[in-house]
Amino acid sequence: MEGQPVQPAPEETPRNTNPANVGLELFGYVGIEAVLDQMRIKTMKTGFEFNLMVVGQSGLGKSTMVNTLFKSKVSRKPTGPGYEEHIPKTVQLQSVTHIIEEKGVKMKLTVTDTPGFGDQINNENCWDPIIKYINEQYEKYLREEILISRKRKIPDTRVHSCVYFVPPTGHWLRPLDLEFMRRLSKIVNVVPVIAKADTLTLEERAEFKQRIQKDLKAHGISVYPQEDFDDNPDDRILNDKIRDKIPFAVVGADKEHQVNGKRVLGRKTKWGIIEVENPAHCEFPLLRDLLIRSHLQDLKDITHNVHYESYRVQRLNESNRLALSPVNGLLGKDEVESDL
Amino acid sequence: MASSEVARQLQNDNCRPLSLSGHVGFDSLPDQLVNKSVNQGFCFNILCIGETGIGKSTLIDTLFNTSFDDRVSTHFQPNVRLRAQTYELQESNVRLKLTIVNTVGFGDQINKEDSYQPIVDYIDAQFEAYLQEELKIKRSLYNYHDTRIHVCLYFISPTGHSLKTLDLLTMKNLDSKVNIIPVIAKADTISKTELQKFKIKLMSELVSNGVQIYQFPTDDETISKINATMNGHLPFAVVGSMEEMKIGNKMVKARQYPWGIVQVENENHCDFVKLREMLICTNMEDLREQTHARHYELYRRCKLEEMGFRDTGPENKPVSLQETYEAKRHEFFGELQRKEEEMRQMFVQRVKEKEAILKEAERELQAKFEHLKRLHQEERMKLEEKRKLLEDDMIAFNKRKAATELLQAQAFASTPSVSLKKDKDRKKDPGFRLELLCFDVRDHEIVNVQEQSEREKLERDRISHREFQK
Repeated sequence: MEGQPVQPAPEETPRNTNPANVGLELFGYVGIEAVLDQMRIKTMKTGFEFNLMVVGQSGLGKSTMVNTLFKSKVSRKPTGPGYEEHIPKTVQLQSVTHIIEEKGVKMKLTVTDTPGFGDQINNENCWDPIIKYINEQYEKYLREEILISRKRKIPDTRVHSCVYFVPPTGHWLRPLDLEFMRRLSKIVNVVPVIAKADTLTLEERAEFKQRIQKDLKAHGISVYPQEDFDDNPDDRILNDKIRDKIPFAVVGADKEHQVNGKRVLGRKTKWGIIEVENPAHCEFPLLRDLLIRSHLQDLKDITHNVHYESYRVQRLNESNRLALSPVNGLLGKDEVESDL
Repeated sequence: MASSEVARQLQNDNCRPLSLSGHVGFDSLPDQLVNKSVNQGFCFNILCIGETGIGKSTLIDTLFNTSFDDRVSTHFQPNVRLRAQTYELQESNVRLKLTIVNTVGFGDQINKEDSYQPIVDYIDAQFEAYLQEELKIKRSLYNYHDTRIHVCLYFISPTGHSLKTLDLLTMKNLDSKVNIIPVIAKADTISKTELQKFKIKLMSELVSNGVQIYQFPTDDETISKINATMNGHLPFAVVGSMEEMKIGNKMVKARQYPWGIVQVENENHCDFVKLREMLICTNMEDLREQTHARHYELYRRCKLEEMGFRDTGPENKPVSLQETYEAKRHEFFGELQRKEEEMRQMFVQRVKEKEAILKEAERELQAKFEHLKRLHQEERMKLEEKRKLLEDDMIAFNKRKAATELLQAQAFASTPSVSLKKDKDRKKDPGFRLELLCFDVRDHEIVNVQEQSEREKLERDRISHREFQK
């Protein structure tokens, strides 16, 4: 048990306007830390929700990647040969929702796919349907939050993370990539990955990454983990390490093969077997750790505290301005500040 | 099972359960969440209601094992006040921001009708502050210092009979706003058998009066059994003490009496351990959640409905908050315009009135001025007349003077001795005259005297006229 020196606290009027924070020493066991267990039990009871969006041109391996991430057939796209994929004329968004459970922890996973992105000849404004979808989710949540009698647990369909697949050209980011990431990093957490990284050698990979990082910095695009939201020095150190390696070079595979007597997920080619979970081969483990094992809660928190709040501010100001135009700024102090 | 409940719930939303073929790793999610909360710290606010001297501060000290505040309050408070103090406690790696709100002067007044009102107002004020923060456009809820009361410990006096009316009234007013846990204070004054009867009586009184006290939750199987038993022991009979005594070979917190020692942490002696376990170890999170999900939502709903916001319109169509707000805004603006018009009218009217008054005053002033002028004129004329009279008088006098002088001259011409005397007498010096009179006093006394008196009379008249003319 630790404590801080005792200081006297001043007397207060009925309103607790300026609480004096006093650090006090505990002389014996009280049991405050049991609240952690209580919290754990409560969250396991209510379950978690996670909404992921994958964006990229067709054929980059998005569906395979999602299946590999969650080790199950989340996205049921037939990937065998002889299958003609129908490329839609405009960008469509398809969501599938699954409930997965591991060691008593239940998670409701929603994966949104974007077939048709970047596939047309004229790709202008192909990001508009995506932005509209993301904002619609925010709007839905906002409407639920403003109700008079609202639900105890508001269903959360907001996109927590958007994984953007960069084709492995080895050169620079294309104008489409830059435009998309620039617009979307403002409203959602964008995690760029280099898709089908087994076409790049290690040196090419390193160079490509450098160039991408330079490009992103030059255009002022802040991808996840954003530098502004590091809470404390420990987080900063951890996130700096991650930022060095962004974008992750990943390979997706859902078939298992035998390697050295073990069954591993990998791609079998004539020149060898690329093990997906081997950090020496590709950076898939890093991506999985970032998305699921260590930063999932952080992704959700940043979506809720930052992106959703900025959407809310913008939306409320908008309706304020619309409403105020005949009236010109009249808002009584005793009346509630927000509207909608 | 709780987990199957969740599965059913989630399944209702058109999603399929999926089986995993390997270890994905999101079972660390609760840990991630817990770590985040530990970084942020926890907030817990306790409200203690009870009469002065019933042992509120001592119990809180004993619960959290520290000495918070040494001050003892007097019994002479004119009305009930609330005193809030915030402390930061730390145990292993958990930081707790604890706020303790005490009622000062509860039950001390002669007229206790309004005793519960300051408490209700305080609780509402905390809800209001949170609501305002939540409704702001630019808000920061995640680092907002939550001051809403999570639990209210109501201290009942150990009379052994039943609840006091004040207690019943206060609890009835508070049960929909805060989680109430009643405790019997100073339980070492009641014997075991009396205590049993007292507890049963109290609970039946609470139930029959419809007071909803906080029931420990029994839906989670890990803690439902223990919570159910604890629910049966309500209200807890507690003893608080920070003094330590050596019992056997350990130091325990106890109260020493001539007839024995009451150990605070001995379950046979009092229910303190049960209270601590229920309040802190097992249900702190649930208390916080109930406050947020039930009491706060109720307050929010009432407040927003009061202000006129509704979810569904008159024909049961969903009405967005915006439309309602628009309508209200137009109403408000209309009202404002009307008020402005009214004020303007009133202003114009007042101005007119004032103008009229001023004009009236001006006229009066004018009339006065005229009047004064006239008076002045009259005075002047009177004076003119007087002057004329006086001037006439003067002229008349001058004529008389001339006439008498002529007479005098004639008189001098007839008597030479007199003229001699006259030359000498012309000298006005009285001393000289007196000497002369001493020489010739027998002969000319009578004549001189007569002439002298006449001359003196003329002189006097002349002097008086001259003075008047001056």
